[in-house]
Amino acid sequence: MSEKLLEISQLSKRFVTEKKEVIALNNVDLYVTEGEFVTVIGPSGCGKSTLLRIIAGLDKQSSGTVLLAKEPITGPGIDKGFVFQEPRLFPWLTVEKNIAADLSLKDPDVRKRVDELIKLVRLTGFEKAYPKELSGGMAQRVSIARALLRKPKILLLDEPFGALDAFTREHMQEVLLDVWRTNGTTMILVTHDIDEAVVLGNRIMILKPRPGEIKAQVTVDLPFPRKKSSQSFQEIRYKVLNEFEKIEEIAWGEAGAGI
Amino acid sequence: MRAVVSEKNNIKLPTFFGKGLKGAIGWIIPIAVLVTWQILGDLKLIKTLIFPTPLMIWDSFLWLCQNGDLLDHINGTFFRTFLGFFIGGGLGLIIGLFVGLSKICEILLNSTVQMIRMIPHISVTFLFVLWLGIGDASKIMLIAKGSFFPLYIFTFLGIRNVDNKLFEVTKILGYSRLKVVTRLILPATIPQLVLGIRQSLGIAWGSLVVAEMMGSSNGLGYLMMDARAMSDTATVFVGIILFTIFAKLTDSIVLWIEKLLLRWNTTS
Repeated sequence: MSEKLLEISQLSKRFVTEKKEVIALNNVDLYVTEGEFVTVIGPSGCGKSTLLRIIAGLDKQSSGTVLLAKEPITGPGIDKGFVFQEPRLFPWLTVEKNIAADLSLKDPDVRKRVDELIKLVRLTGFEKAYPKELSGGMAQRVSIARALLRKPKILLLDEPFGALDAFTREHMQEVLLDVWRTNGTTMILVTHDIDEAVVLGNRIMILKPRPGEIKAQVTVDLPFPRKKSSQSFQEIRYKVLNEFEKIEEIAWGEAGAGI
Repeated sequence: MRAVVSEKNNIKLPTFFGKGLKGAIGWIIPIAVLVTWQILGDLKLIKTLIFPTPLMIWDSFLWLCQNGDLLDHINGTFFRTFLGFFIGGGLGLIIGLFVGLSKICEILLNSTVQMIRMIPHISVTFLFVLWLGIGDASKIMLIAKGSFFPLYIFTFLGIRNVDNKLFEVTKILGYSRLKVVTRLILPATIPQLVLGIRQSLGIAWGSLVVAEMMGSSNGLGYLMMDARAMSDTATVFVGIILFTIFAKLTDSIVLWIEKLLLRWNTTS
């Protein structure tokens, strides 16, 4: 359990535009152990999505190293599952074919795994539906199942429930926790919702913007399922909120100085 | 979920009126026009020599059917249209695929194709006749040239408009280059492709009329030219109506295939 699966050290990412250079991430150090559920939270523009995209191999860092199972990341691949903010399903494929994607459902092993995943993400009865017939939450569950079918070493989730209403979001969090506990997949979830970060994470990384840096880290040692109304939950939530507000004060202070 | 989707598309009419009534309402104006036209002709208020009444056109159609060579004309017409369409549309599809998939092909070919596209379609008719004579070859060539461009353009654009976000998904899922083409680009291009096929077919029919009128020994266009020479306006009308029906029919067949193929598409 304590094996370090992902090790990020001195990671920086600079975007160069015509006029200026923007530092999206500055000297980020982060590790994730096998089977851990890490949530990353920060205000918009703190580079949290960029961080996730670099881990996925979709973007390249400007400097620093990212090691997954001791190997440097060279590009995207099936060992790094990714769930985008939008479901990004293939509209011409049914639910089960979207999950299988390039794998054939005629393969009994694939068939079995797809059926298990459909059950796990609670989509039984919708195997043959097309994406246009699904609600936002259902579509996102298909996308989670698709990522899980490849048995990734790590599952990266980029604000996956950001576009959903509060009720659906809670349901989705429940499903995701179910998946995590059943499969034991290591997960990093990026969010801007404090409750979500506390409900799901073993550890919460708090990022500050301009330049994106890790500001604080909060360990959550509450048992699952976590009750939002409980005293201990509220205490941790308060801790995170406190760090969050400090960041915003700095941000506001900087904006004020700019004027 | 299916029920919800279809409910949205239904215009709210009481069910006992249903589809039949909606269809019937659409026929009111065409039928009124036909009846008025017939009455005006019978009352000699319009010149039937240049404006034959619907019944005269119908008689002319029946006469052409019994006379036996209408079927020959239609056969000739279909042969040219479809051969031309398959040659031109097929080339448009293939070259569109290459240009869409490969940047080098685009740089090499696209500007040339776009330049040729600007030549007014009908203006090359005489050139084709000079090169290939007034036989079937020049006609098929004209139809093929017309059918080429819509399919070329829609295939090319369809490929280029594939959602970039889905490309990222294929990267994450580790698709090979070949799989990106067969599992993402081609299926995503089909809706545009169908649009291209419909436009190409439309142009094929249009080109055919011109092609057959420039001189031939059979075909609906020839029939109309011949009838014009003898001031047989009714037969000209028969030709126009048949062309319309055939064009509509082929378009409907493509639409029907589209519906089968694109059940996933929100626009179908």
